Amino acid sequence: MNRYLVPLAVFVVLVVLFRIGLEHDPHLVPSPLVDKPAPVFTLPDLRNTSASINLSALRGQAFLLNVWASWCVECRNEQPVLMELAQKRKVPIYGLNYKDNRAEAIQWLDHYGDPYVKSAFDQSGRVGIDFGVYGVPETFVVDREGIIRYKHIGPVTPEVVNDILLPLLSKLEHPST
Amino acid sequence: MKAGQILLKFRRQCRMVLFLGAAILSVSTMLQAADVPFEFKSPEQEQRYKELTEQLRCLVCQNQSLADSHADLAQDLRNEVYRMVVQGQSDQEIIDFLVKRYGDFVLFNPPVKTGTVLLWFGPFLILFVAVLIVVRYTRKNARQASPELSNVEQQRLEALLKRPPDGESG
Repeated sequence: MNRYLVPLAVFVVLVVLFRIGLEHDPHLVPSPLVDKPAPVFTLPDLRNTSASINLSALRGQAFLLNVWASWCVECRNEQPVLMELAQKRKVPIYGLNYKDNRAEAIQWLDHYGDPYVKSAFDQSGRVGIDFGVYGVPETFVVDREGIIRYKHIGPVTPEVVNDILLPLLSKLEHPST
Repeated sequence: MKAGQILLKFRRQCRMVLFLGAAILSVSTMLQAADVPFEFKSPEQEQRYKELTEQLRCLVCQNQSLADSHADLAQDLRNEVYRMVVQGQSDQEIIDFLVKRYGDFVLFNPPVKTGTVLLWFGPFLILFVAVLIVVRYTRKNARQASPELSNVEQQRLEALLKRPPDGESG
């Protein structure tokens, strides 16, 4: 009996480990920026060349910062989800237009929808590096003190909105409950 | 007269060939320049840049170093490393800059801490367990291989031992 028990136990442990391994996407790199202050930046406004966007001016309210680009294919799938979220008016969404061409970016927003209060135009991608961006789209949840509370890598889906973002945002709005 | 004309034509052709050659050369040096865009103040800086980009990992194609990767982000990060090397920042400052933004994941040689203990010592743990299993298994087999002899076998063994060796009888 014992003879079969040990290999069986080893087998079960391996199956469990492989199962866990399957659920871990190696492309999802945990960000060291979570629970740290969001990097400060001043960038030109995508739509308004003369205006600039300063992240520290946004203190006092939790917001989402969505990194997007017109060359990003996954962003097209994400945009309807962000549009719906923006219509709920629960949280302002700011855009970080990453390594893009200004005219193409504006055209893309006009075509796929513009859920953003404003989009910052990060042409060189330097601000993206400060945020540890390595794949577009990425979405950061920043609280009213300017601390990054969560980072979502890849397109935001309705499940992500309902299961993660909205509960987290209501927790940030009412810290006691 | 005719010989002079031929000579003139020949010289014109020569000039054409030289011009084309120079053009090709300058284009090829331009292409090379695009491949190695960085200029360093000293060979020591260039060496540091090379070593740093080889020990930093590209986040897009994860098993390539920054030096090897053709990803857009890798190029941007190489630019950053170059900028910091030329500005005279230390290796540790440059590594800290990247770890602060991308985490220990950018290091091919991550530090030993709570999150990476299993990564560093897991293989030794598995080796230890494997050695334990092998030792137990071989001991068990050794015991099984030498069982007690039965009475009949014991008598046969003694008879064989008493018999004179084959070499002497012949």
